[in-house]
Amino acid sequence: MSLDNPIRSSGELEDLHGVLVERRSEDHLCISICTGTGCVVGGAESVVDAFVEVISEMGLEEKIEVKPTGCHGFCEMGPLVTMTPSGYFYPQVHARDAREIVEKTLLNNEVVEKLLYHDPQTDEAIAREADVPFYKHQKRIILAENGHLNPTDIEDYISIGGYKGLAHVLDEMNPDEVITCVIDSGLAGRGGAGFPTGKKWEICQKQPSEPKYLVCNADEGDPGAYMDRSILEGNPHRVIEGMCIGAFAIGASQGFIYVRHEYPLAVERITLAIEDARTAGLLGEDIMGSGLNFDLKVVRGAGAFVCGEESALLKSLEGLKGEPKQRPPFPVEKGFQNKPTVINNVETWANVPHIINNGPEWFVGFGTEGSAGTKIFSLVGKVNNTGLVEVPMGVTIREIVFDIGGGIPNGKEFKAVQTGGPAGGCLPTSMLDLPVDFHALQEAGTIMGSGGLIVMDEDTCMVDVARYFTKFLEEESCGKCYSCRKGTQRMRELLDDICEGRGTPGHLALLEELGHAVNTASMCGLGQNAANPMLSTLRHFRDEYEAHINEHRCSAGVCTELIQYTILEEFCDGCAACSKVCPSECIVGEKDSLHTIITEDCIKCGSCLNVCTRGAVLITSGGGV
Amino acid sequence: MSAKVINITMNGLPMEVYEGMNVLEAARIMGIDIPTLCYDEGLSSYGACRLCIVEIGPQDRTKVVSSCTYRCEEGLEIRTHSKRVMDTRKMILELLVCSTPGSKTIQDLAAAHGVITARFKPEHEDCMLCGLCVRMCKEQMMATAIDFAGRGPDRRITTPFDEASALCRHCGGCMFICPACSSRCMGPDADTTLCSSCLNLSPSCVEVYDHQQCWMPPGCGTCIRPEGDYLPATGRISEVKTEA
Amino acid sequence: MAASDASSASTVEEITPPPLDMNEVDRILEQHHSDSTELIAILLDIQDALGYLPIPALRHISEQLEFPINEIYGIVTFYKHFKLTPPPKHQFTVCTGTACHVRGAVQVFREFERQLNLDTTICNTTPDMECGLETVNCIGACALGPVVIVDGEFKGQVKQTRVSSMIKKATRSSGGDTE
Repeated sequence: MSLDNPIRSSGELEDLHGVLVERRSEDHLCISICTGTGCVVGGAESVVDAFVEVISEMGLEEKIEVKPTGCHGFCEMGPLVTMTPSGYFYPQVHARDAREIVEKTLLNNEVVEKLLYHDPQTDEAIAREADVPFYKHQKRIILAENGHLNPTDIEDYISIGGYKGLAHVLDEMNPDEVITCVIDSGLAGRGGAGFPTGKKWEICQKQPSEPKYLVCNADEGDPGAYMDRSILEGNPHRVIEGMCIGAFAIGASQGFIYVRHEYPLAVERITLAIEDARTAGLLGEDIMGSGLNFDLKVVRGAGAFVCGEESALLKSLEGLKGEPKQRPPFPVEKGFQNKPTVINNVETWANVPHIINNGPEWFVGFGTEGSAGTKIFSLVGKVNNTGLVEVPMGVTIREIVFDIGGGIPNGKEFKAVQTGGPAGGCLPTSMLDLPVDFHALQEAGTIMGSGGLIVMDEDTCMVDVARYFTKFLEEESCGKCYSCRKGTQRMRELLDDICEGRGTPGHLALLEELGHAVNTASMCGLGQNAANPMLSTLRHFRDEYEAHINEHRCSAGVCTELIQYTILEEFCDGCAACSKVCPSECIVGEKDSLHTIITEDCIKCGSCLNVCTRGAVLITSGGGV
Repeated sequence: MSAKVINITMNGLPMEVYEGMNVLEAARIMGIDIPTLCYDEGLSSYGACRLCIVEIGPQDRTKVVSSCTYRCEEGLEIRTHSKRVMDTRKMILELLVCSTPGSKTIQDLAAAHGVITARFKPEHEDCMLCGLCVRMCKEQMMATAIDFAGRGPDRRITTPFDEASALCRHCGGCMFICPACSSRCMGPDADTTLCSSCLNLSPSCVEVYDHQQCWMPPGCGTCIRPEGDYLPATGRISEVKTEA
Repeated sequence: MAASDASSASTVEEITPPPLDMNEVDRILEQHHSDSTELIAILLDIQDALGYLPIPALRHISEQLEFPINEIYGIVTFYKHFKLTPPPKHQFTVCTGTACHVRGAVQVFREFERQLNLDTTICNTTPDMECGLETVNCIGACALGPVVIVDGEFKGQVKQTRVSSMIKKATRSSGGDTE
């Protein structure tokens, strides 16, 4: 039995699952190679090719399966290779290692010592994925599947129990029961606002107007967040299954998946998955012989951050400019083409099948009161283990940054973590023990957002960070509301002044006043949070702002106008490397003798600092280092 | 035919309005003055200028919305002049006056709201993108010759590809309705962006120049100058002077 | 109709673009059943096929879909991805997502500006249309920041010092092709 014919009933799905499981269980060896974007940049494609070549050379195609999978999460160490059933794990694998891994690990079950992951703290070699600290402290429900699935193979998904939740819903539940189950689970929107998903479904289901629509919001615009992309690329069927369950509960017949065009691979994978699901009778007309009709269409965004806002997204879906609309009416009442529409984020949809399969109590078991389940964060910035982490709600930022993330590289000091994307805020060291859930983050003046966690160390200037986000929002504002368009421009100008040494004490009061006005007066979520990066850094790092204004000092050495480059006499050996690269030719000195920088001509490009091997180039600011 | 009547509370007073009416209309029936820039009775509501914001909802969890785009609903509580609203309006007017000082409409509004500081770097933009002209062109003149283009800082009102539009009939409706084109002001002290003199000068420029419609040809924008320093830039100012 | 298209094109483009294949535009329109709600998808496909959105093509779409040209212009200028001018031969895209920013993407970007002798506030392609420089707000390869995309190929952990060799390598490879 295979997928040549569409599946006509849940029984047939069960049979197929049985066949697939059996086919794979007989001493089935499998190499999973992460082909998420991070690993591909690191050369994962050539690693896949090398394994395929080595295995076909040895004539082992029947015995060993090479599986290119979606993102495993540990992007820092890519390309990642894991082996089942042994669970051995090799990071940073090169194509040349393929033969050794096949010969030793796969055929003789012995580890290749030199390729193993070494814990940077203890330098201990770790052989199995499950023992690596990065993975050990996580609770991976959605992400775990990424590492074992071939995202382009629907059979692979069925073999791990895929579409079982949908079959269960179609066979044994009615729409109200499904909605009750989702409400009981406490699942809240993973895209930022945290609105209870079940409630949203219920409101939409009760609307008299027909037809109803579903939308999967994959317009993941927050810089530094890429979990939605990883789910779509690594496990597209999970999202489709979630949406089918939603369609059954709400009574929708058409759904859309709105993806950023910047994610071409995600578009490709989800499009293929939709086609496969349609051929398999799991999408389209009369799904699994149940009479449910539901189809999906992929819509690409064209580069506008504001389209992540749901009313703007709907306009974009209709082929128009993505300008947000006044709410109410909310999309659940009047959404796509003025019909009731449920919009949920990728991660939210992906959680739905798990809740159906395991029951709402299971989901409530993770997390805190008011924030159930697990949440995927993308841990990026100045942190040792960059990557995607999935943890139960309510763990502390300290656990995420230090236990999972392995702390700050190069022995630097932790300074802040930015949550919630451009509309979120920064949390200082004193808030490291804050539990991560919707409520606690809100209290602390930031938001959960879609789950970006950007770690900053002592070399990050908080004023510069505020300026960066304000500039981002200025450029991404749709420009309709005067308060948002002009307000972000003026905030950025004031921050420019401070970063460039023109700040006055009056600047801070004006910034605060303006920030509150922008947040109050603007219409959509972008404008209403546009001042958050500035306000939250001002709240927690006021001393840094004051140092910029009063002493013209940027202690992180980032703000170009406030820093000087100098060469330290005791370290300079006169190698002349710096004077060779200096684009403004402002470094003078004979070979083998001390070099000096003519400060007036220096354009502060930092080239000399980059090439100096002796650490003789120093950044000073406002009289300090 | 008759629309449903619903109950709302406006500044603490109960009020009956038709369902579907927006908050701004309801307030104006009550005689409450809410400032607007981008609103016109004959055009659809747009909600761009954010001056008509009001605070809605019960005391402990209020939110601020633009009254021209927010429809009245049963039991809605509205405060049109709360501190939060007034502070925000003042800040928006300060932003406006720093960027578009040449509009007398804006200068008047700023003066009326007691905006006495202009703390941002002066800009001299002619357009605050209220979109009245776009809606005038589309809804009243049925022409769609102009529209918004660009996004965020690049947003502007223009014809397609910035070329002369075949759809434009040169009706002048866009200029007629424009709060920057239809009355220009540069203040007695053109070095700063804030005028506020409409209320202090005698005779105030409101009385003298109110009937003026300067359609922003190049060189205009100087409706008040110190005594004896009038610029006959358009030929109209001298007319007014003789009349006065 | 074709004649008017050609004349309007020549007034706008200083560098005369290759003659426009309107059949391709028609084919894409047909693929989307000339449905104006699919406008963004149509525009994306046309840009993929032609490299940019020529003005005559946009006017053609407006006529075919009976969709106002001013709204099409509004949409094309609203979304960052759409380009009204032909693309340069080599495109360098510096990711300026938050993760790349804190790891020094600004310095890399400035180095590109300096090496290409470009001021991106004025123009982001070199006068000979050889090299273009732009930024993107995060491509989700945050572990490898700063990331630069050279003609569609991702380069991770880019240092300022690598910029000049990256430019040389990219431009040399095309020189070889054309000669």
